[in-house]
Amino acid sequence: MNHRFDVLVVGAGPAGIAAAVRAAEEGCSVGIVDENLQAGGQIWRGSVDRARSGQGIGSAEDWLGRLERASLRAFYGWHIFDAPSPKMLRASRDFEAAELHFESLVIATGARERFLPFPGWTLPNVVGAGGLQALVKSGLPIGGKRVVVAGTGPLLIAVAAYMRKRGANVVALCEQASRGRIMKLGMGLTRQPKKLTDAVRYGWQVRGMRLRTNCWPIAALGEERLESVVLGGGGKRVEVKTDYLACGFHLVPNCELAMLLGCALDGSYVRVDESQQTSVPGVFSAGETTGIGGVEAALVEGQIAGLAAGGAREKAALLLKEREATRQFIRLLDRTYALNPELRRLATPETIVCRCEDVTMEAVEAHTSWRTAKLQLRVGMGSCQGRICGAACEFLFGWGMESVRPPIQPTPIGSLIGSDAD
Amino acid sequence: MNRLESTYDVAVIGAGIVGAACAYFLMREGLRVAVLEKGIVGGGATAAGMGHLVAMDDSPAQLVLTKLSLEIWKAMREELPASTEYQQTGTLWIASDDDEMVEVRRKHELYRGVGLACEILDSRALAEAEPKLRRPLAGGLRVLEDAVIYPPAVAQFLLRGAGERRTLFTNCDVISIDGSAVLLSDGTRVSAEYVVNAAGCNATELTPGIVMRKRKGHLIITDRYPGFLRHQLVELGYLKSAHSVTADSVAFNLQPRATGQILIGSSRQYEDESTVVDHGIVRKMIERACEYMPEVAALSALRIWTGFRAATPDKLPLIGPSRESSKVLLATGHEGLGITTSMATAQLITDMVLQRNSPIAREPYLPSRMSREEAHVC
Amino acid sequence: MSVDQGFGTDPILVLVNDVPVQVERGSTVAVALLVAGVPARRSVNGSARAPLCGMGVCMECRAEVDSVSHSRTCQIVCQPNMRVRTQ
Repeated sequence: MNHRFDVLVVGAGPAGIAAAVRAAEEGCSVGIVDENLQAGGQIWRGSVDRARSGQGIGSAEDWLGRLERASLRAFYGWHIFDAPSPKMLRASRDFEAAELHFESLVIATGARERFLPFPGWTLPNVVGAGGLQALVKSGLPIGGKRVVVAGTGPLLIAVAAYMRKRGANVVALCEQASRGRIMKLGMGLTRQPKKLTDAVRYGWQVRGMRLRTNCWPIAALGEERLESVVLGGGGKRVEVKTDYLACGFHLVPNCELAMLLGCALDGSYVRVDESQQTSVPGVFSAGETTGIGGVEAALVEGQIAGLAAGGAREKAALLLKEREATRQFIRLLDRTYALNPELRRLATPETIVCRCEDVTMEAVEAHTSWRTAKLQLRVGMGSCQGRICGAACEFLFGWGMESVRPPIQPTPIGSLIGSDAD
Repeated sequence: MNRLESTYDVAVIGAGIVGAACAYFLMREGLRVAVLEKGIVGGGATAAGMGHLVAMDDSPAQLVLTKLSLEIWKAMREELPASTEYQQTGTLWIASDDDEMVEVRRKHELYRGVGLACEILDSRALAEAEPKLRRPLAGGLRVLEDAVIYPPAVAQFLLRGAGERRTLFTNCDVISIDGSAVLLSDGTRVSAEYVVNAAGCNATELTPGIVMRKRKGHLIITDRYPGFLRHQLVELGYLKSAHSVTADSVAFNLQPRATGQILIGSSRQYEDESTVVDHGIVRKMIERACEYMPEVAALSALRIWTGFRAATPDKLPLIGPSRESSKVLLATGHEGLGITTSMATAQLITDMVLQRNSPIAREPYLPSRMSREEAHVC
Repeated sequence: MSVDQGFGTDPILVLVNDVPVQVERGSTVAVALLVAGVPARRSVNGSARAPLCGMGVCMECRAEVDSVSHSRTCQIVCQPNMRVRTQ
């Protein structure tokens, strides 16, 4: 299967949707790819049929509606696994394969949660914060269940509020950042009116539920599944009975495709200029890959990328002021949710660090680089291709990630062959 | 580099499996050894290859060397730690037609003649031995004591068993061999009575005049499918692929890892020296594998990578004194048999250093066998 | 198909290790496993594992779905009588 587009967008979260819509509205032929079965990415998961309306740049319903009306081709359930030649990506769904050719590419592959190892973190019912939200949106009954929400990041409050709305009993809400930094964030938000109303709205929804700062999970306890969580930090310790622990430590950008294409990074983000162009000509990136900034940043950047990729740079330039505001917000979030060094000491020698290969902390910390650890222990060489343990080891040991090789997602052997037109 | 002492009995350049094995054998004899590695232990071809311990008979000398090495591996088996994942899977050489069955019978007689345990399988026995092979195939040869290991863990183990004196130096860039000394990039000179050049594809940089080329290979590894495959499977056409001096080729070669992951190979190319995955070659490799075992197409691939084999014109390694000095010993050029023949190489090298006889004749592997004419064939 | 609302009206049955499990139509197989209280898979050392990230990245939710092993159950919507086997 072969397809050709003026603009190909990878990722159908807010950034990808904004890029695809704007490029299509400029008259370009547009393709959009996402491995999920529907558009929306993480934050707009399940919102295709019904989404809340908001203010400002646009709402989920607004954008998803525009996506549906736009003249473009969508590939849902497909994942990109290789970029064998310039201007072409290989995609696979189940056992099918396709080649997607493009003039310009927009990488809007979003972010994933960062997980840090602590005793018991591998127990069933210990899930991510966004992870629990995704599961509930996918049909998990949560009414009447006890939930502890912990970790760090703007997701926590949103997840706690959502769980409450769905009838869960959120028994604790724990943020590892200090009270001071959270308050600074609050003040930073007041400079951005829309986010203030969001914060107020969430504050109201979690009214009566204390946000414990400087607090994090010490251990998850249980036999075959989670039964209770020990929370600590600041010298205190308390054990809480719970059905689920929704725990994630902020987000890390999904840069695998950008790295495969040779895009330069700044730290862990893809480096882009003001039109969201990466260091590779014709390749743009928008959304969490260029900085964790949430929906607002994604929509601004996505539009800029779609317009620039679609040849409408003057229109893209009109959004520069908003872009600058979102860049500031990104920096504010990074500062707020920086990880407490104490979190490096949660894992005991027996704690599993690489879940795919069952490699313990003891084994991993005997090595001095990601390379030797991978080679000798197979940490990061399992099914998740190092996505979970790699992000953890980066924080725990300062180990940088290496270059990326195809397939960038597990892919059936038969799909690797490609089409006959190769 | 203050921790490097000034003189050793032997300086081994390269901590791949060949260098590690040489160091291990030499230290066992009480010699003072320094192992100088540019990168990490077992990070070169040792990491890239399949880890197949296999008897191979491209030439009589090759059969002698692989057989000796397999005996040494077998003797070492008890002391190898679990991380090395030694598994006696055996090898199944697959015959797809009657011509290839003739080859099976020839091989069987040859191997039996030198004492290698093997048995001929007819079409039905082959299908029983490996149910997922397509049917019908003509049959095969099962070589019972061939095995599969994880080479980086072996290299690590061989160097860890070094005794009290610290011998391994990584991130150690050797820029030249100068008489009986080795010069590092930071200016340090390491003196040794003998120098062993086990630097694999980089050996030519340190010893001029070696005739060796890099032969690129590709491998794919899958997720875990316990029970999918029992033996290492190799098509008889593999020998043609390995033997050819010029053509790009692929051959069916499948390995079950102890983890249950399947390794899919193999390919050989000369002209391409980049590490980039060649999609045309990978495609041919996959198509070949699916011809023999159709269910391979449904397996989930986690990684594709490339590596380089150090290849000589006559497919035999270079084990012995270099042209320039009788005290500079080459231990390189193993092509696709570096893992298998690392032990025999180490045995021969150690025998040379201690000036004693070896269990096999050394002449076929001596670097001096390469005439100037042969240098141009490669 | 959105599953964010409208639950409680349209249950379907899938088979988890031959045992029928009831979920709302539109639920993912990962949800079926959690509802059944059955771990999707056992790790290399045999410990129970269940979905972690909910978005197809962590590979902990893998199970055999209609004979395809290593299927990411959080990315698969339940169909009536789907056969799920833990790994």
